[in-house]
Amino acid sequence: MKLNRRAFIGTGVAAAAALQAPMVWSQGRPRVVVVGGGAGGATVARYLAKDSQGQIDVTLVEPTRHYYTCFFSNLYIGGFRDIASIGHSYGKLAAEYGINVVHDWAVGVDRDAKTVTLAGGAVLPYDRLVLSPGIDFVDGSVPGWDISAQNKMPHAYKAGSQSELLKAQIEAMPQGGRFAMIAPPNPYRCPPGPYERISMVAHLLTQVNPTAKILLVDPKDKYSKQALFEEGWAKHYPGMIERIGPDFGGDKVEVRPDAMEVVIDGTVEKVDACNVIPGQKAGRICEMAGITDGNWAPVTGYTMQSRVDGNIYVLGDATAQGDMPKSGYSANSQAKVAAMAIRGELMGSSVFPAKYSNTCWSLIAPEDGVKVGAAYEPTDEKIASVSSFVSQTGEDAALRKQTYEESLGWYAGITSDMFG
Amino acid sequence: MIRRMFNVLLTGFLLGGAGVAQAELLGDAARGEKLFRDCASCHQVGPGAENRVGPQLNNIFGRRAASAGDDYRYSKGLTRMGADGLVWTFDTLNAYVENPKALVSDTRMAYRGMKDETDRADLLAYLRGFSASPANIPESEPTARPREVELSPETLAIVGDKAYGEYLSSECLTCHQRSGANEGIPGVVGWPVEDFVIAMHAYKRQIRPHPVMQMMAGRLSDEEIAALAAYFAELE
Repeated sequence: MKLNRRAFIGTGVAAAAALQAPMVWSQGRPRVVVVGGGAGGATVARYLAKDSQGQIDVTLVEPTRHYYTCFFSNLYIGGFRDIASIGHSYGKLAAEYGINVVHDWAVGVDRDAKTVTLAGGAVLPYDRLVLSPGIDFVDGSVPGWDISAQNKMPHAYKAGSQSELLKAQIEAMPQGGRFAMIAPPNPYRCPPGPYERISMVAHLLTQVNPTAKILLVDPKDKYSKQALFEEGWAKHYPGMIERIGPDFGGDKVEVRPDAMEVVIDGTVEKVDACNVIPGQKAGRICEMAGITDGNWAPVTGYTMQSRVDGNIYVLGDATAQGDMPKSGYSANSQAKVAAMAIRGELMGSSVFPAKYSNTCWSLIAPEDGVKVGAAYEPTDEKIASVSSFVSQTGEDAALRKQTYEESLGWYAGITSDMFG
Repeated sequence: MIRRMFNVLLTGFLLGGAGVAQAELLGDAARGEKLFRDCASCHQVGPGAENRVGPQLNNIFGRRAASAGDDYRYSKGLTRMGADGLVWTFDTLNAYVENPKALVSDTRMAYRGMKDETDRADLLAYLRGFSASPANIPESEPTARPREVELSPETLAIVGDKAYGEYLSSECLTCHQRSGANEGIPGVVGWPVEDFVIAMHAYKRQIRPHPVMQMMAGRLSDEEIAALAAYFAELE
């Protein structure tokens, strides 16, 4: 049923395109393959299909049929959203935009032949390839933890079942028990994310386990929105949260998932639930494509093209681009620049100067929202910050509530910008 | 409380069509005029008032909701409530101004609400002066919409490049929904060009306070603002 409908709509789009541009159609539509259906990939696929009016053949490769946004997954842990409310399907992108949505893993890129190989065996040819695979974890980042330990000590840094697992483990802690988080080293996805999560876990615990404690083990000296979080924690969760920074061994941590132990600079701490957020690198497909330098894929800020291969564009967390944080908002912003550049290359449409922006909202407690953001422009060297702002400590409750409500509006906005 | 009941009775009486013009009894209309300045960036009232970002407010008392003219696009919810018989009276306006979303959950009016009861009474007293029967619209100047920023005629005359506006708009659409929905972040679809341009320059000059918008507008040129205004004005 769905296939028939898709095929029918696809034909309609193609027919309309043929009327407008018989030349292009007779030569075959240019093909763009997009790997990864998150904030970067879904957005670039949608803008390419929408703005080319079907004249570009867009294939979106995404393993999951139901995509859970990492942004707002902390609000799920805190009890402010249910899991269904952060889940999205690709039905509209297929049905309304004529995008070929393929649920499979990309396992190889042949840059000379310009093809992508999928785990199921399919080989997809492309004229331009967009890689937006998000993150993978650096092996050995936290001694004692690897991906096989993710059920005992979840990372919950790719949302969905991991988020549900972590929340269930926190709720199952004994009264007065202890939750630990191993925060990641820079750079990583969503700079305020671990600290918003601490806030949300604290909120959850005040509801179900008010004598519980939180141990935050952090290899970094300082972190995003630190003054705002520290002010909020002292106000809403006094005495609950202890942070161990590198000055007290926060950078020398080992975990023992079977024993539920965290070893900080040689001192063994028993914990009842533990969230390990390891060091991160570009999604594996970037490395397979041979476009990484170290852990990340370098791109030029003018277009988001890989600095290694101009036929490949890279978006979001996987990139090394300069000053933009790894966030869904950034990936969405970058996707629009890339879509414009790709259309310019393939269709000859107008290309305007790249502009980027980012805002990260975080929730500290009910109706206590804060934000940080910046605007960016490309230089030869990188994407450079040109202006920025951050919420202030001591803001009144009305402003914080407004900021929280604004974040709800942003969620509705960006998800409809991604998924139609 | 007593005052409020009196107001309600009075309003009902006036709407009955037999009353004397004593709109000032609703509240302090002069003070209401000052309070209206917050509303005036979107609403016009008085002779020559037109639908702008918000509908014009002449004869709002006694008007069926969502009926300011075919050229104004209301939210679905407000349209439905108007069709179902919602009429703007002191009571319904009072509730709406106090908390717009509580009365009309999908309203496009991006106003957070006027919490103070006296403020609302004063504001409504001012507006009551522009509703017909028995008080005619006064022979005053059209509501000079207080311009938040003074822009040169050249700046206001720039004709925006819609294709450029479409590209620039993609940055806006991360937060402001294409549908025009107003959920925590106001809709910007279908605004008159001039209102859009003035609002953006007000952010750019940091007269309007929102930090994200100050940052976004701060790096837009006059041409880029005009391009965005041209694009959003024609979005359905």
